Amino acid sequence: MFDVTAIRKDFPILSRKVNGRPLVYLDNAATSQKPKQVIDSIVDYYSNYNANIHRGVHALSQEATDAYEASRKKIQTHFSIAKPHEVIFTSGTTHGINIVAHGFSSLLSANDEIIVSQLEHHSNIVPWQMLCKATGAVLKVIPMNQEGGLDMDAYQELLCSKTKLVFVNHISNTLGTINPIEFMTQKAHQVGAAILIDGAQSCSHIRPDLVALDCDFYVTSAHKMCGPTGIGMLYGKEAWLEKLPPFQGGGEMIDQVTFEQTTYAGLPHKFEAGTPNVCGGIAFGAAIDYLNAIGFDAIAAHEATLLEYATKKLLAIDGLKIYGTTKEKTSVISFNIEGIHPYDIGTIVDKLGVAVRTGQHCTQPIMDFFNISGTVRASFAFYNTIQEIDIFVAAVEKAKMMLS
Amino acid sequence: MTIKAIQEELVEEFAMFDDWMQRYEYMIDLGKSLPLIEEQNKTDDRVIKGCQSKVWLDAELKGDKMVFSADSDAIITKGIIAILIRTFNNQTPTAILNSNTDFIDQIGLKEHLSATRANGLTSMIKKLKLYATAYQAKLNS
Ligand SMILES: Cc1ncc(COP(=O)(O)O)c(C=O)c1O
Repeated sequence: MFDVTAIRKDFPILSRKVNGRPLVYLDNAATSQKPKQVIDSIVDYYSNYNANIHRGVHALSQEATDAYEASRKKIQTHFSIAKPHEVIFTSGTTHGINIVAHGFSSLLSANDEIIVSQLEHHSNIVPWQMLCKATGAVLKVIPMNQEGGLDMDAYQELLCSKTKLVFVNHISNTLGTINPIEFMTQKAHQVGAAILIDGAQSCSHIRPDLVALDCDFYVTSAHKMCGPTGIGMLYGKEAWLEKLPPFQGGGEMIDQVTFEQTTYAGLPHKFEAGTPNVCGGIAFGAAIDYLNAIGFDAIAAHEATLLEYATKKLLAIDGLKIYGTTKEKTSVISFNIEGIHPYDIGTIVDKLGVAVRTGQHCTQPIMDFFNISGTVRASFAFYNTIQEIDIFVAAVEKAKMMLS
Repeated sequence: MTIKAIQEELVEEFAMFDDWMQRYEYMIDLGKSLPLIEEQNKTDDRVIKGCQSKVWLDAELKGDKMVFSADSDAIITKGIIAILIRTFNNQTPTAILNSNTDFIDQIGLKEHLSATRANGLTSMIKKLKLYATAYQAKLNS
């Protein structure tokens, strides 16, 4: 049984106050809060078995290595990945994207094409621009529509034999749009292109089956799904990971080293140079266990209730416009109130204890599309409640009163 | 009135309110009295960066005194710039350059601003003083 009151007790931070009022945390798309099960796993690691991994014969090193590798298996199972060595630990989504972009720099030639979407996060646009600059490849953009969805006809027209890589986020961080990644993967494969899915925003809402999806790469960050910052994962199909050159050189990623030549270690170590974020990797596993104990169906059902309720209440406010209105969306609401700057609304609701994000959300192309300078974004997680939405909406109403 | 006296006046005004919502309301009110910059003067060289909101700031010399005008697309930001301009308006460049802005801490403004707003505030003070430096040089030449 899904019991939000019991769940909230797992999150120490949710009982703190901000500006003298109970915290209402609605910035979950930026980062999620952490349950004590995850925090405890961090404390336990540093208190009881901190050691460097993969290189010590002593007991601590063995325990740490086992826990770290057990986490890799948890990730493998969670995302339905065929082989454990197809799971590469990274520092986060951005790192994963850069590994792939760097890898493709040796595989692309001038006039090859890369397709990205107009809904991308800045951190996902820049690596491709750099890649195009380095290789002479051309960047094509799938346009968005007024609802905040991607134009699938335009996508199919962009795809051709020159397309080598498609990059799209599963869910838009600004609008909450769920993109049709199954369809997009099929279409990319029909022209022989690889596809990389950015799962930073989906991992907390949807449990993907990567084998069934058949995408070539998938990246995400643990901090978006109740895990710590500084750790994430890159999934790549074995054949692709074999083909891509390593991103960084260093310890852990080598097999033989002489000054004449180095041979690289096999997967996954080839992409994991240096001492990894051992603690982060272990805590990532704890976060996955925690979410699965609640269950993704229950999470989705609760979040859908929150989204529906909040949408209805917000739309009752005169002059309020919501950006991102596709049928398939997650619990993210980006909005503006006519004549009021989003930054002002964010400032006032913060004084009332409500944490939302304001600005461009690292997606300037979306702002340009709607011809706005920014939005207020409220993003809900499974630990948010209907009462919190009431507080949030009342805060927005109060802000509107003060600011107009 | 000297800059110092105006600053003390502002500190007293803000001290009258019990909570930060009221102070924000007051700040918003002050924003409404901001001497507005002419639309055609909202050029890139008059924009202050480092804010989520945009701020335009202009200054002129009337006699030996500085006269400021400004605007912002966000109303709280307008309030903040109005507070600063109230202290600096109709003062000589030298007086502005010799003044400090400790009163902002006394109001408690800085600790109640988000980091991005606090950065914006610092940039605004810098820009105001930059204008003062330029006009001081002009007066001395
Ligand atoms: C869709 C999307 N992609 C990528 C990122 C970047 O993730 P990270 O900063 O964890 O690398 C984010 C984070 O906000 C995101 O929302």
